[in-house]
Amino acid sequence: MPSNASERDGEPRRAPLAATADNALKIVIVGGFGVGKTTMVGSVSEMRPLSTEEIMTQASVGVDDLSAVRDKRTTTAAFDFGRITIDERRVLYLFGAPGQRRFWFLWNQLFTGSIGAVVLVDTDRVQDSWYAIDRLEHHRTPFVVAVNRFGPGPGLAEVRRALDVSDRVPLVDCDARSRESSRDVLVALVQHVSGPVPGSATSAPTPEDTQ
Amino acid sequence: MNHGPLQRESPDRLYTVTGGRADDARALDAVTLIVSECEPAPGMQSEHAAILLMCTRPTAVVEVSAELELPVSVVRILLLDLLDTGRVTARHPASAVRPAEGHDPETLKQVLLALQRL
Repeated sequence: MPSNASERDGEPRRAPLAATADNALKIVIVGGFGVGKTTMVGSVSEMRPLSTEEIMTQASVGVDDLSAVRDKRTTTAAFDFGRITIDERRVLYLFGAPGQRRFWFLWNQLFTGSIGAVVLVDTDRVQDSWYAIDRLEHHRTPFVVAVNRFGPGPGLAEVRRALDVSDRVPLVDCDARSRESSRDVLVALVQHVSGPVPGSATSAPTPEDTQ
Repeated sequence: MNHGPLQRESPDRLYTVTGGRADDARALDAVTLIVSECEPAPGMQSEHAAILLMCTRPTAVVEVSAELELPVSVVRILLLDLLDTGRVTARHPASAVRPAEGHDPETLKQVLLALQRL
């Protein structure tokens, strides 16, 4: 695979984890093609992102995506991932995953047990995110929506209306190329997961409410 | 997103490396960490030998998949062979061992602190 093959700049192909690592965690960045998922993974990963593939197994059929059964061909999906070491025992894997319907089997096969998800949105193609948001709500997976800013565009409140997501879902601007900005998106997600139970009266206001 | 190894891979090889078996219910999590417990032995299936060399330090199932350029579910089957014979051990994520409990507050706190250090 091209993205894995090179050892450019003398960087090792794989940096090993600590021998004590025993608890791996997952966050999934989901969005349409070209929205910047791989860029965001690469911005915060401690290693060059790797890419691999999954094939839809029998176990996935019928659980979540009956539409896949109609397509008799084998369904495959490529995805990228990176990694952030948390401490001597914990390590966080970040996955960049396609959001389209035909790739959603990945959620059953690979992404269950995730801390949560980032829905990465391009304001020119907001509709690309509708299916992912619907599925995440269905799976009761906590998520934040991050608008990858490619230039001037609609404000966050307008994006929220277009996506039809609840006020309880954090919505943030980001630049997926920036390590700091991508980090802030992940921080917003973990704070959201750690915070008040969704639906409680003490949910924090989201940024665009104050604009 | 590139189109990876499967398109180039002959179905025969995928069948051969897994001995024709399907994935089973003991499916390993995508981020279960695999650790070698022995050295590769002469005559061992080449994929098994490659995994043992790769996992001298804890290595996630998806990392093994990327390195071997094989789909995750194929790699899971290879890993189950090695687990069954004690050649590797698996460190399952806490979220897979106790799925109903969610992520504990201490883990979330440590993740937050690590992210803030980035």
